[in-house]
Amino acid sequence: MKGDAESDTRRHPLTGSAPAPRFSRFRGLLKYVGLTPFAVYVVIFLAIPTVLAVVTGFFDAEGGFTLDNISGLFEPVVLNAFLSSFGVSALSAVIGSIVGALVCYALLGTKPDGALRSVISSGSSVLAQFGGVMLAFAFIAFIGSQGLVTVFLANTFGIDIFENGIWLYQVPGLLLPYIYFQVPLMIITFMPALEGLKSQWAEANATLGGTRFTYWTRIAFPVLAPSFFGSLLLLFANAFSSYATAAALISQGSFIVPLQIRGSLISETVLGRENLAGALALGMIVVMVVVMWGYSILQSRTARWQR
Amino acid sequence: MSRGPSTAVRIGTEPSKIMRGVILTIVGVVFLLPLIAMLEFTFRQGFEGEHTLDHWTTLFSPDSARTYRSLFTGITNSFLLAAVTVGIVLVVLLPTMILVHLQFPKLRRVLEFICIIPITVPAIVLVVGLAPVYAIVVRVFGGSIWTLAFAYGITVLPYAYRSIQSNLDAVDVITLSEAARSLGAGWLNVLWRVLLPNLRRGILAASFISVAVVLGEFTIASLLNRVNLQTAMLQISQSDPFVAVICALLALVLAFILLLVIGRVGQPKSTKQAKRNRSDS
Repeated sequence: MKGDAESDTRRHPLTGSAPAPRFSRFRGLLKYVGLTPFAVYVVIFLAIPTVLAVVTGFFDAEGGFTLDNISGLFEPVVLNAFLSSFGVSALSAVIGSIVGALVCYALLGTKPDGALRSVISSGSSVLAQFGGVMLAFAFIAFIGSQGLVTVFLANTFGIDIFENGIWLYQVPGLLLPYIYFQVPLMIITFMPALEGLKSQWAEANATLGGTRFTYWTRIAFPVLAPSFFGSLLLLFANAFSSYATAAALISQGSFIVPLQIRGSLISETVLGRENLAGALALGMIVVMVVVMWGYSILQSRTARWQR
Repeated sequence: MSRGPSTAVRIGTEPSKIMRGVILTIVGVVFLLPLIAMLEFTFRQGFEGEHTLDHWTTLFSPDSARTYRSLFTGITNSFLLAAVTVGIVLVVLLPTMILVHLQFPKLRRVLEFICIIPITVPAIVLVVGLAPVYAIVVRVFGGSIWTLAFAYGITVLPYAYRSIQSNLDAVDVITLSEAARSLGAGWLNVLWRVLLPNLRRGILAASFISVAVVLGEFTIASLLNRVNLQTAMLQISQSDPFVAVICALLALVLAFILLLVIGRVGQPKSTKQAKRNRSDS
């Protein structure tokens, strides 16, 4: 915060250091006062909840310090939930990013502000951000026990997709809805990178005798790689932290970490530990911070090529 | 111009028309199927394969307000929450962003970092810490539903920030406000008659995306035991799945229209230009 006054004058070399007198009044305390509403708001509703979420895991119901909840993270039930979460997130992220990248590729060469693009980008935003409960409904209507596809397959081909139990309400059932919101997110995040490919690079490649194959393997892929893997990480984080779809689909049981947090918040005690939700939240944050850290590193590499 | 795309296709940077058609059709059909399944579901009569319009007509009949009271409460609550959240964005976030842009250039990165945090701290984690915070909020403001908007203001922070920031970057706010000041305008005048009109698109986009995010929010409301559109939908799906699915579809269409409007309004040509310029520098 110090040194704003200097940087202010430095920013306006043309107007010099003679700002209007009305301006100087604002330079005093008043402009710092202007920052307080936002600061207070963010502290109360973002900083404090985040700290509380992470710290409660270290305390028992009476407020005494304990490592009991943290050690609860290493119970088989919790470890399995983390493994399932990792599995669903990773698989849906990989499939989602490949399909999404293909769609982005297909959109290359269409008009950026044309009807096709704006419908696809709005549709993608809706499915990526708005999904939640509605996605669970969609997939119950689609492949639920009375779903459109289930009934069709059973009546037409005599195939029972739930022969080995109704997997839609288990961890495997999360995969399809998750892919359904991962692909749109990939389209939104990866499209700008793909559009950043310069036609000159392709021309240079062609002039130097390169083929389509060498263009994609030697130029486009290396340039796009950081962005692609960055988006992949973002998709992973997105699936890992997603709660609504799973909660609407799976009303009983805590197969993945967010559902375990639900169980711990609702029933107060899971595995006989009062503040397990705090420990689970800590575990999730650690994963999220690592993933998002990787994302920001890859993102800054991407920026280099989008010049 | 007409030869441009064909060159690109020949060199291999762009897909051919057939390739594009194949990819978009396959993915499009796969993505439309669950939505079509939802639509078909709303016309079902029982589980026998008969179809009927009954579920739609009952929802829009006069006494549905009584039958589906919790659903209508949820819808009203969600719209109230959306309005208060937009209010928070406009009254708390927007002035701060303008102030930081004009007066604290060194804090820009800090502000950006703060506004991106809610992506790393997802709602399911935040809600663990929000529970004790809301115990106090309820004591101060009472237990009315609108207080939930405080939490939603945080949830929409990354989206609203991005919308407003891209507009701030596209307009030379500093020169504009200095010009206005040197012509004798007071600060309020600068803000009201110079800055806000120029930031109209960003403000509109931020408001719409906030509305869309709030209408779709489930996690926080559900775990803090509040009733909003999404929790009411899930609850009513236990007793009347048809009406729940109709609501989900309608909400989906509403969100789609909102975001389509953002695409048209919120991204003027100058914004795209500025983005390119910014990455140029």
